[in-house]
Formats: sequence, structure tokens, C-alpha cells
Amino acid sequence: MAEVLVYVDHVDGAVRKPTLELLTLARRIGEPVAVHLGPGADTAAAVLAEHGAVKVLTADAPEFADYLVVPKVDALEAAAKAVSPAAVLVPSSAEGKEIAARLALRLGSGVITDAVDLTAGDSGPVATQSAFAAAFTTKSRVSKGTPVITVKPNSAPVEPAPAAGTVEQLAVTFGPLATGTKVVQRTERKASGRPELTEAAIVVSGGRGVNGAENFSVIEQLADSLGAAVGASRAAVDAGWYPHSNQVGQTGKSVSPQLYIANGISGAIQHRAGMQTSKTIVAVNKDAEAPIFDLVDFGVVGDLFQVVPQLTEEVKARKG
Amino acid sequence: MSLRIVVAVKYVPDATGDRHFAEDLTTDRDAVDGLLSELDEYAVEQALQIAEAADDAEVTAVTVGPEDARGAVLKALQMGVAKGVHVEDDALHGTDVIGTSLVLAKAIEHIGYDLVVTGMASTDGTMGVLPALLAERLGVPGVTLLSEVAVADGKVTGRRDGDVASEQLEASLPALVSVTDQSGEARYPSFKGIMAAKKKPLESLDLSDLGIDPAEVGLAGAWTAVDDATARPPRTAGTIVKDEGEGGKQLAEFLASQKFI
Repeated sequence: MAEVLVYVDHVDGAVRKPTLELLTLARRIGEPVAVHLGPGADTAAAVLAEHGAVKVLTADAPEFADYLVVPKVDALEAAAKAVSPAAVLVPSSAEGKEIAARLALRLGSGVITDAVDLTAGDSGPVATQSAFAAAFTTKSRVSKGTPVITVKPNSAPVEPAPAAGTVEQLAVTFGPLATGTKVVQRTERKASGRPELTEAAIVVSGGRGVNGAENFSVIEQLADSLGAAVGASRAAVDAGWYPHSNQVGQTGKSVSPQLYIANGISGAIQHRAGMQTSKTIVAVNKDAEAPIFDLVDFGVVGDLFQVVPQLTEEVKARKG
Repeated sequence: MSLRIVVAVKYVPDATGDRHFAEDLTTDRDAVDGLLSELDEYAVEQALQIAEAADDAEVTAVTVGPEDARGAVLKALQMGVAKGVHVEDDALHGTDVIGTSLVLAKAIEHIGYDLVVTGMASTDGTMGVLPALLAERLGVPGVTLLSEVAVADGKVTGRRDGDVASEQLEASLPALVSVTDQSGEARYPSFKGIMAAKKKPLESLDLSDLGIDPAEVGLAGAWTAVDDATARPPRTAGTIVKDEGEGGKQLAEFLASQKFI
């Protein structure tokens, strides 16, 4: 059976959920071979094997942390040459997309980004994508070279599928471009303790109707009662009420959770572009004419400062 | 020595319009009015600011696309860019991102550059891979997704605010940078700028000018194929209730029925 390379997104060996989802998808089109770069391969290998990796290729070098993306591309290129895979799957993060693009060019291959599903087709993997603010669903495939495909979080279930997970060292030679962009300084962001926005199963968002940074605590309390991530509309971010890293929409993050709760968000096309593929959508808004209500499975026309705290209390009560 | 800055811009269908695919499953550019991709306005702004901070610098805007794509360059000229280049060729119809990066790279090399500035993604395809592809093709450092950028002493420096960390990045020129919508509000063209743009040079190039074989681009030369595009079925009308004191409880009831709580 053909091998499929899966790029492992991890923090010091702690594998992030989207990579485990990729292993599920990779098994549909072949045998997953995981590529783990940087520290923590031993920790990661066990988890990767548990989720179907027949092999884990690993390399560690200071270049992976000290320079932007190219050293990782060099490593993946070496892995692709060693394995001759049927496809290369990469998580659709900002970094993942850059890696995928450069790798595709080097392999003489086409690249597909932001797939939301992947199946085996007669002429290689078929990717489902959503286009034009999720108004269309497309089916695409790579028609030249080794398909390089980035996949959005929440596109497949995480499934245990124990495999050998044999760890092998990958020999990597860094090219002249590898040290082009130096990371001079890195300041870790303070962890919010909440799930990562793009990976979360539930997202609770606030918009213009939240009307102030201090009021976002109402949104956060609901999110915490549900174990959800917090999102914000562009209006809320531009007003300085919530960080840009939490912005959902065309110029922010695109999310596709099981449940999206929009509070005080009118639902302009730019926001819809970032959340329309959510499985279930609910909204609270004072304005009964707000376009967000066209998308909802359940909507409440009312003051979010009345409705949201009541909902939070109810969630807490029901969860006991 | 003068600093040559090239900013890559794209003409996209207005997102507030009713965007469609054409019969050949390429973007239907006739159905909706186009405009300069909003995310590219930030790139033009940063290119102009970098030029204004330099002793001697010139900014050229370049675009690839059909006749009306000239509108993207025109907007950049109105904002203050000195020159425009429009690559137009019938053979380009249906070109995918790999092909577009080839054409842009050749055009940028034709223009001559020390720094290439792009937006973080287009607002139509929204792939966000073009900056990386261009840097790879040009063989220069890519300093991507910057919320702050500066050029001094032959180096470009910038700040990238990622999900897990904020990073300070540095590369030597020539280099490519991409900027986010956090890099700073883009200026509006002034009346003077609009009038001046009419007199600015706008060069038109085709594939033969750039030495590109038409077979490498276009729908037939694309590296990916779209086999199907289906309009998403409209959502079935949901339940909407008016809050009369029980709205939060009703919402909780719905969430419980869907097993979210």
C-alpha cells in the first residue's frame, strides 16, 4: 500500500489534535508515515503510532527553531525523496501552508489548501474545499506530481488505530535558503487556558453588540461553561475589545466547530466567510433583521446581556 | 543606492457580491464587480511607508490577470505607487496559484527589485500560499505575516504575531515580505492622487515578454483540477425566538437537545 507523509505539528513532542485528524484521513489513502521535526520525537512517536503511523521519520536541529519554515521544507523534501509518497498531508496552519507551498514547488507538484475532507479517488486523493465564504463546495485534485494537501482542523475524527510506529532518523541537509529568515526573538503568548480557536469543538464569539472590552467577560464565562474557545468579530477586534488572534472572519481565522455561538454579531459576509461551515450555528442579537439569523439553527432575538448570562447559568446547572 | 520595491496586487470579485464559478469551474469574473483585494491594500500601504522612510526608493505595483485586473494596479497608483505593470495574456485564463507564482516571479525579476511586498492572502481564493511560493521561486528569504515591518541597512525586520508566540524576524535584502491586516490602516487615494495616477506609467506585458511558455500556465497547464463545484444548499430555516425573559433557557434547551450540554 502506498505511503502517505503526514507532517507533525507539535509543541516539544506534544502532538496537536489536527495532526491526529490527518492520520485518520491519511489511512483512507494509504499508510501514514509521520514526519516529526524538532525535539520530543520519543513522546510523539507513541501517540503517532497509536493513531496509525506505521513509521515516524524524525530529525532534530537548532535550525528548525532558529529560522522560518525553510529548514522544515528541506526536511520534508528529504522525507518525500526517501519515501516516494502517494500524498503529503500538512495541517492548514499559517506555517503549514507555507511549508506545503514551498514543498509542492520543489516536488514539481500542485498544492491544495484548506481541505475539509479527503477521500481516495481513481486518480489520487480528492479534496473537498469550501469556496467564496462557504457559498460553494468544491472537489479538487492535484493533477501533477505528488499531491501536497493542507487540511483544516476538525475535518476528520481522531481515531485510535494502533500501528508499528517504527522510529527512523531522517538525514537532512539544509540548503542555502534555510537560514534566510532568522527568528531573532520569540515571546510565547500567555496561555488562556481555553482550547485553540481553530481546533475547538465549540466557539463562542462576541461582536459589536458586546460594546466594550470589559463586557467580554460575559462571552468568556459562557465559553468556559462549555469548554469552548472565544472568538471575536472584526468590529470587536478593531475597537480594541479583544485580541486580533481571536478574530473570526475573512481577514482573521476560519473556524469550523461542531457548535458556533454568535453573540451581538450582525453576520456580515466577511464574518460569515470565517464561520459558515460550522456544523450547528446559534446566535443572540437584539436586531431581528441581522443577517446572522439567516444562518442559524436556533436564534434568540434579545439583549445578549440578559440572554447570555442566563444561558451560562443554565449550562452550569445542567452540567451539575 | 535606491531601494526598488515591488508590490504584488490582485483584482478580486467583490465579496459582498454574488460570487460564482464559471462553466469551466474557474472564478466567474464577469458576474460581479471587481476591486483591489482588501488585504493587498495593506501591502501597498506598507510598501509606500517603507519607501517614504528610505532616502531614495521607488514602488512598482504588479498584477496578473485579464483586462479589468488593471483596476488593481490603478488603485495602487492612486494610493501613491510610482509605476504599474500588468501581465495580461489570453493563455492565462484558469491559471492556478503555482502558475500565477511563476508569472509573478518572472514579472518581478523583469521589473528589478530589492524588496517584494505582498498581502497575506487574496480575498477570493484565500489560500495564503502565494508569498511562500514567490519567495521560493525568487530564491530570496520570505519574511511572512508581519504586523510590523521596517527596512534599514540592507535588512528587513518585522514582527509576526502568531498563535503561540510573537516573533521578531530578520532577513537580508533582497527579500519578500507579506503583511497582515494588523500592519496599519491603508490610506485612501486623495483627489490629487487620483489625478496623478492617470499620468503614471502602466506597462503591459504578455507571456512572450516574460519568456514563459503558454503551456506552463492556464487551465490546461494547471497543477490542480477542480472537478466539481456545488452551491451549498441554503440552510433550512432555523428556529428563532424572541427573548421574553426565558431566551437563555430556551437556547440551553436547544443545546441540550443537540447534546452539546
